[in-house]
Amino acid sequence: MTMTTALLAEQVLNGIQFGIMLFLMAAGLTLVFGVMGLINLAHGSLFMIGAFAAAAVAGATGSFAIALVAALAAAAAAGALMEILVLRRLYTRDHLDQVLATFALILIFSEGTRAVFGSFPLFLNIPDALSGTIILPGGIQYSLYRLSLIGIGLLVAFGLYLLITKTRLGIQVRAGENDREMIAALGVDISKLYTIVFALGAALAGLAGALVGAIQSVQVGMGEPVLILAFVVIVIGGIGSIKGAFVGSILVGLTDTLGGIFLPMFFDVFMDKSAAASAGSALASMSIYILMAVVLIVRPSGLFGART
Amino acid sequence: MRLKVTAIAAVLMAASGISAAEGLKVGMITTLSGGGAGLGIDVRDGFMLAISQSGLTDIDVVIEDDQRKPEIAVQLADKMIQSEKVDVLTGIIFSNLAMAVIPSSLAQGKFYLSPNAGPSQLAGKGCHEDYFNVAWQNDTLHEAAGAHANETGYKNSFILAPNYPAGKDALTGYKRQYSGELAGELFTKLGQTDYASEIAQIRASGADSVFFFLPGGMGISFLKQYADSDIGLPVVGPAFSFDQGILQAVGDAAMGVKNTSQWNKDLDNPTNAAFVESFSSEYGRLPSLYASQGFDTANLLISAMASADVSDKDAFREALRAADFNSTRGQFTFANNQHPIQDIYVREVVLEGDVYTNKTLGVALENHSDAYAVECGL
Amino acid sequence: MKRESLINLILLGLLVGFPVWAMFSDEPFFITLATKAAILAIAGVGLNLVIGQGGLVSFGHASFFGLGGYSMGILASHAQTYEPLVLGPLVIDGSQSMPIIWLVAMGVSAVAALLIGALSLRTSGVYFIMITLAFGQMFYYFTISWSAYGGEDGLSIYVRNTFPGLNTLDPIQFFMIVFVLLLLVLGFCARLRGSSFGLALNAARQSSERVKTVGIEPFRIQLAAFVLSGMITGLAGALFADLNRFVSPSMFSWQISGEIMVFVIMGGVARLCGPVVGAMLFIVLEHVLGGLSEFWHIYLGFLLLLIVLFARGGIVGLLAGREKAHE
Repeated sequence: MTMTTALLAEQVLNGIQFGIMLFLMAAGLTLVFGVMGLINLAHGSLFMIGAFAAAAVAGATGSFAIALVAALAAAAAAGALMEILVLRRLYTRDHLDQVLATFALILIFSEGTRAVFGSFPLFLNIPDALSGTIILPGGIQYSLYRLSLIGIGLLVAFGLYLLITKTRLGIQVRAGENDREMIAALGVDISKLYTIVFALGAALAGLAGALVGAIQSVQVGMGEPVLILAFVVIVIGGIGSIKGAFVGSILVGLTDTLGGIFLPMFFDVFMDKSAAASAGSALASMSIYILMAVVLIVRPSGLFGART
Repeated sequence: MRLKVTAIAAVLMAASGISAAEGLKVGMITTLSGGGAGLGIDVRDGFMLAISQSGLTDIDVVIEDDQRKPEIAVQLADKMIQSEKVDVLTGIIFSNLAMAVIPSSLAQGKFYLSPNAGPSQLAGKGCHEDYFNVAWQNDTLHEAAGAHANETGYKNSFILAPNYPAGKDALTGYKRQYSGELAGELFTKLGQTDYASEIAQIRASGADSVFFFLPGGMGISFLKQYADSDIGLPVVGPAFSFDQGILQAVGDAAMGVKNTSQWNKDLDNPTNAAFVESFSSEYGRLPSLYASQGFDTANLLISAMASADVSDKDAFREALRAADFNSTRGQFTFANNQHPIQDIYVREVVLEGDVYTNKTLGVALENHSDAYAVECGL
Repeated sequence: MKRESLINLILLGLLVGFPVWAMFSDEPFFITLATKAAILAIAGVGLNLVIGQGGLVSFGHASFFGLGGYSMGILASHAQTYEPLVLGPLVIDGSQSMPIIWLVAMGVSAVAALLIGALSLRTSGVYFIMITLAFGQMFYYFTISWSAYGGEDGLSIYVRNTFPGLNTLDPIQFFMIVFVLLLLVLGFCARLRGSSFGLALNAARQSSERVKTVGIEPFRIQLAAFVLSGMITGLAGALFADLNRFVSPSMFSWQISGEIMVFVIMGGVARLCGPVVGAMLFIVLEHVLGGLSEFWHIYLGFLLLLIVLFARGGIVGLLAGREKAHE
């Protein structure tokens, strides 16, 4: 298959779009880890809750905008609840206890969702205003919705940047990352701060779930593959670093997308077509894990992680 | 979870002169939780509907959830055989689980009736006298899609499937019938949810049609994204991405797509009409092809029970092979490898009221038997 | 420590007593369950070595579990078809003999653990968790598309492999083989704890700086522990494949790594028999709750939460009380 410049540009755009969706997931995860030191495996459940809430509300109201708000609210509420009832008891525990507890939460959320919504996937579609394609400069025909996803993702990233660097909450968050005792000594209500940070991360995951749910399948278990990818992202970027999460997301998005295209083409040079497609796609599915291993071998704390 | 009714049966059986023995025990291992649960639930519900309609009371069905994990399925098969002491096993949805369970169950002298998976390993040289497939060999619906592509005049197909054995079988099946050129051939990741890159390649390939096999959530994602891409090339695929359980989640994106199936709810025969009617009123939803397969599997079993006792394995096997039951597909016979010989239809996705469903357009392959049957020594 | 030893004895007694009872009451499936618990316990003991004593949280032990499984699957499938396995100039006959399969499984796991460990131990903390996960995922995706050995369908082995002098198809005899191996592995780990190696490993977890000052390189100690741990889990993988007479890529999945970790924590991290009680409880829960409701995972989830929140130190910790400091 020949590769024109326009096609290559479109694929790069696809990689960036995939990366930006990963960023929405990874941002919350890395924030929670950076501030509270908590490993949250149930972050994928919040993604799923966002998608289900959006599908349910869009089905009832017919409005995608209301559905997005509902997804944000539902995921934030679920996140806050999770933090208050369970997770705040685990901040001082080691990572193992956190893994076990949040693994338990995955079981509860997944099967709980199935108990409420049934075993069949739900319907959630792109809003009419954003459906179809537009022609970009260079003659690239590109999905308007995917373009909007890139826009929303960049906006969120910018908003987070402002929040962390310019607001009182951001200062508290950064202080909390460095020294828990100090910030408590400054008179900040640390448990309230943690709940807010957690709910914020959860809302971002819920937003990602709703946005992605419109072009994917809204079903139980949809959060787990994304969760693993989000972990890969934050580890590559350096845990706790929002900037790292952003760079890591784009890297993973591009590697995954472009690997899926170029590796089969590469094998095609010296193999027959079917075998090349199969071998190339096998290596492509391993590519992001290889990327992560290589990054960690070269920089054991990720690209932007604090040196220890 | 089990259905147990035993009283009057013995009396009836004794009165009718058939040796009553101790009835028949069925072990159903199927997927009832997690992402693939919809399929298993449909098979189970179709199966149990037939059992309850038969009025038989000397049949005991033990149902267990395999969670779509092969290790769990193997463990459940051990439980069914060692502890429940079942006579017949059935229920498995996914081929990889089937390959984990079926060979060793057969080796332990159990009958297996497959209501869904039809891996090629069990259809050719590896066929077995106690293994009956009531659904299809895995390649069948893909072959029918290839035949349909020829008939429609597609000359340059772009084909894609996940990179795992069933995906490779799907593309092989399509190519076995399809005689045109290939604009592209892609293997995607198993469980992949974003197809932007594949869709871009389809757009750039100059294809005149697209064939895909992406079961479950993968198909939903692909169809939604494909519809949004405005490519507009005609799509063909096997029924798995267009069954009743999935269609509502795909919505408009599936409208008008041609897909191949051995069954549809509008097939014109009295058994099918009664099945669709009773399934809908019993469970409050339209049946899917999986439900029809579960229903047919149970009726095959019931028909064999009527003429032989399972304790006489040879007689029971002959009774199964005769396939003397009314299928929702109309005509139903077994080939030498004990997989169906059946018509495969082309269907189109349509909207009836506010429900997305399928309409039968015609026959893609008539009296079709699979390509592996010749290798089977039975 | 006295009380914990007594509890360990009772636990092992239960584990061996239950299948014997099942044999006499003609419930062979319960023997199968007990065998599964014992095999998972071996895998857990392997993981516990790095998690508990080494403080290295590996989220990739499915790599070794799967490698052990595939060692068995590949050797046995070649023996089944009488086609030797050709690796470049090397031609290896397949085998259906358990001891040979175990050795190969442990050897392959050791080599893999050496490579994975050498690379992963450059990192620590959460990075270590994730890089070990990455290696597991690489194996998982590789085997899914590796059609020579069945891809996602996996490999079925129709007859259980053999052990000289025993009938391995008899459930209780196979259980006894597994149980003896579990005892051996536990014995090995108990000796290891008291040895200078075990003490150095413990010390390296608590303060790698302090270990360095006495002239021990923590990296080498931890790598050695990682390799031993991988070998034990690899052995469990080979046994697990033999129990099911089947291997598939799902043995490499991150859920398996997670499950092994979950019952190690449930039983009690760093406790000798923590993984044993964890595995037993896990199997019992799966069996009992699985029969109760289609949504049994919800109950399992709540139960795990209760254990984390209120039974620190796991079940063994709950029964035996807080662990005294190592002398």
